[in-house]
Amino acid sequence: MNEPTPVLELRDVRKTYRLPHGQRLRAVDGISLRVMPGEMLGLVGESGCGKSTLGRCMLRLDDVSSGQVLFEGRDITTLSERRLRPLRTGMQMVFQNSTAALNPRRSIGDLLAEPLRVHPAADGRRRSAAAIAARLHELMALVGLPASALARYPHAFSGGQRQRINIARALALSPRLVVADEPVSALDVSVQAQIVNLFADLREQLGLTYVFVAHDLAVVRQISTRVAVMYLGAIVECGETDTVLHTPAHPYTAALTAAVPRPVVGAPPAMLLRGDVPSPVNRPAGCRFHTRCPQAQARCSAEEPALRALRPGHEVACHYPLPPA
Amino acid sequence: MPADRMPLLDVRDLCVSVPGNGGMIPLVENVSFCVNEAEIVGLVGESGSGKSVTAMALMGLIDSPGVQVRGSARFRGQELVGMPAKALRTLRGRDIAMIFQDPMTAFTPVYTIGWQIDEQIRAHERLTRRAARARTVQLLAEMGVPDPARTAQRYPHQLSGGLRQRAMIAMALSCRPTLLIADEPTTALDVTVQAQILDLLRGLRHSHGSSVLLITHDMGVVAQTCSRTLVLYSGRMAESGPTTTLFARPAHPYTAALLDSIPPLYGSRPHRLPAIAGVPPTPRERPAGCAFGPRCAYVHATCLPAPPALAPIGAGQLAACVLPAEGTPLPPRTIAQGMQP
Repeated sequence: MNEPTPVLELRDVRKTYRLPHGQRLRAVDGISLRVMPGEMLGLVGESGCGKSTLGRCMLRLDDVSSGQVLFEGRDITTLSERRLRPLRTGMQMVFQNSTAALNPRRSIGDLLAEPLRVHPAADGRRRSAAAIAARLHELMALVGLPASALARYPHAFSGGQRQRINIARALALSPRLVVADEPVSALDVSVQAQIVNLFADLREQLGLTYVFVAHDLAVVRQISTRVAVMYLGAIVECGETDTVLHTPAHPYTAALTAAVPRPVVGAPPAMLLRGDVPSPVNRPAGCRFHTRCPQAQARCSAEEPALRALRPGHEVACHYPLPPA
Repeated sequence: MPADRMPLLDVRDLCVSVPGNGGMIPLVENVSFCVNEAEIVGLVGESGSGKSVTAMALMGLIDSPGVQVRGSARFRGQELVGMPAKALRTLRGRDIAMIFQDPMTAFTPVYTIGWQIDEQIRAHERLTRRAARARTVQLLAEMGVPDPARTAQRYPHQLSGGLRQRAMIAMALSCRPTLLIADEPTTALDVTVQAQILDLLRGLRHSHGSSVLLITHDMGVVAQTCSRTLVLYSGRMAESGPTTTLFARPAHPYTAALLDSIPPLYGSRPHRLPAIAGVPPTPRERPAGCAFGPRCAYVHATCLPAPPALAPIGAGQLAACVLPAEGTPLPPRTIAQGMQP
């Protein structure tokens, strides 16, 4: 088969944290996933579902407990920091808290120049000061900030501008893969749209591959080609964005989309799920969603459903998937 | 106005300003609205729009040095602005209660949830501990808290975010207030839990006869809960009116642009979102004339000399914009937010 190499591939990745009293928190519980070049994958789920941990594991900002992480076909699961460093130029992260991600005592120019000083240029040599300065101006233009911003400090910028700076820093080394963890959720709606558009523009200009970790389904729909829905550490549904969001096969996805308060007066009322998400320390046996599932049957509490293809490109982990509308 | 038609809360020209820049900086300017019996009114705006400051001023909870609160806020005809602290204190908690975004900071971590709700009840009513606890357990049950007697014995950190928010609403309702001010009550919650809490708030009108002033930044939350809505921009009212009208025919370009910049969950997906350029001004740097002017697609000479006055558009709708008076009102919205397929 002549399939292109995935930019990112996860094979049965698990991340377990040991807690006091011998307890274990399974933050990521056996996830396999492929992200193809040019794809924009939205990773959605509620707080505590493990989506941020998974995002960090993808870039090996966290080590996985078991399973494999492949970047452009190369296994990076156990690569040493030294061997990993050259690969880091190809994969970068944008964090949610744009303030915490920027050192308040360093100017924007200084912050953006750091990755360019640490990593050698493509020819293996250190970048000259002139080359770095030229790249900084390019980056500012790319994210829509004036070059005068380089001399200023993070406090002088609004939340949206700070997120632009974070994006510029992530792009400094021309990565192929960008993982963005809730990049717009801390922003006001009017500013959020600007950053969502910026992500779309950058993908067109630079041919990037994205993974968006987010909880806002409408934002995810706007910037993703494919969506993976997580619940308690596992992917419960995955497929093309509008297929998953508009004709969900998993009852959890259906509940999640129905719960979004839509800015439309007279939209159908939300289907209410009972209770809260259970703790990932004591996750339910059988299907992890059965304690809140309106469709749960006896089999669901006993046997864990595997993620299987419902039709090509649409996978679901449910014994009784919902019929297509 | 006859007494029975008097709004529960009638706010007129409320202004809040703090000292700075060698003068007074207005945080909230001439905000007027009313809340009727058993009604949910939404107060929407982005961060820094003055929505929380408005609520805090109503509750007499702003104690920043040199702060000035002017205007009028009548609760059942009683003036809240300038009310002596002691009188306000009796009113607060008993007749007007407030819930906050983060229940973790509203509860003290060192006492159980039940203890704190009991205390609130006993501060306003002469009840035995046992009777107060019985009321607490009943309230928690009404708020949909499972196993309420046991939950009452738990500490705030032992509860999930959704349960803590339910407990806080139970505490706010413990003295059967007629007005509940809810400041971003679901912002910290997941959507499936948010849907439960919004359902609870909608039900309060019938179950407890309470009115709600709901403060939020989320237009979706407003559409699903509020009968009337007030849009604030940079401390001033941009627009107010029935929620249905506001969403279908916004009269202020800010309201329209805000609605358009929300990505749609259904319907066709725009190639680019119609974003609003720039950022909202801080109260210190508010531009002359219309505060939205520098970001407005329709800005022209008449917008600049002074902030446009709030003018009636029709059917209870008001907008602080010069366009309707100039005979060039905004077109009705083409609904990008398609309904469910």
